[in-house]
Amino acid sequence: MPMDWIMGLAGGVLIGIAAAIYLLVNGKVMGASGIIGGLVDGSGRHELRERGALIAGLVIVPAIAALMMGGSQTFLTDNWAVIIAAGLLVGVGTRLANGCTSGHGVCGISRLSLRGIVATAFYIGAGGLTVVIFKHVLGVI
Amino acid sequence: MRSFVSFIVGALFGLGLLTSGMTDTTKVQGWLDIFGNWDPTLAFVMGGAIIPMAIAWQLTRGRKPVLAAAFPAPPEPTLGRNLVVGSTLFGMGWGLAGLCPGPALASLSFGGIGGLLFVLAMIAGMAIAPPIRARLHEQTAAA
Repeated sequence: MPMDWIMGLAGGVLIGIAAAIYLLVNGKVMGASGIIGGLVDGSGRHELRERGALIAGLVIVPAIAALMMGGSQTFLTDNWAVIIAAGLLVGVGTRLANGCTSGHGVCGISRLSLRGIVATAFYIGAGGLTVVIFKHVLGVI
Repeated sequence: MRSFVSFIVGALFGLGLLTSGMTDTTKVQGWLDIFGNWDPTLAFVMGGAIIPMAIAWQLTRGRKPVLAAAFPAPPEPTLGRNLVVGSTLFGMGWGLAGLCPGPALASLSFGGIGGLLFVLAMIAGMAIAPPIRARLHEQTAAA
């Protein structure tokens, strides 16, 4: 098995353990877009400390880990128009759908939620089509 | 105490994203690139994450969370226009940049100005979502 797949599996298990702790201890679904989005639109501001602490851990701890590993890279495009369009689409889309890869994908599919499964099918389908069109047809990304 | 647990959860989530390679946009776009050089890593990440979470959902039966009154209610069985339209828009953005909300934050420290720009645009998108959601919800109700 290629090393990337093993690291993927190991990292995935860590993500799943994180989500399991959040559910079993705090009684919450670990959805990144909901946790951030609730602070942005005000619907989750009553949980400011709890959500803020999770976001702090999510930003700071990988920062330290990446520094210790000698740096890391995202290989994100340097096309600002693409970045802004993508960010807006991810922000609007995840809030309309009420979830993203962590909420609908990890937490939804693991409880066999129809909404989670349908959402995942649509975002993977739309993502695949977008890569085909923008990479292979238009050559923008 | 809940905030401390949340910090640990965010830390593990971030370390998992970093370890799995999901903060590398080429791996995410590689997964979506079925007609190119397809990279199946994301399936291993999803599979690895779903296993502990499936066990956790089983453990919720007949119990209460350690630091809360109740577990989240079962998801609504209805799909609705918001779910389909929202997931499609999200997938388009995910494909364009190779970032979703979790990895966008986890890579903030090393993602450069582009990574920061993505997070700011995502926050702007989240801010303008509620009126669009209300409108789509009305259309679903009227249909």
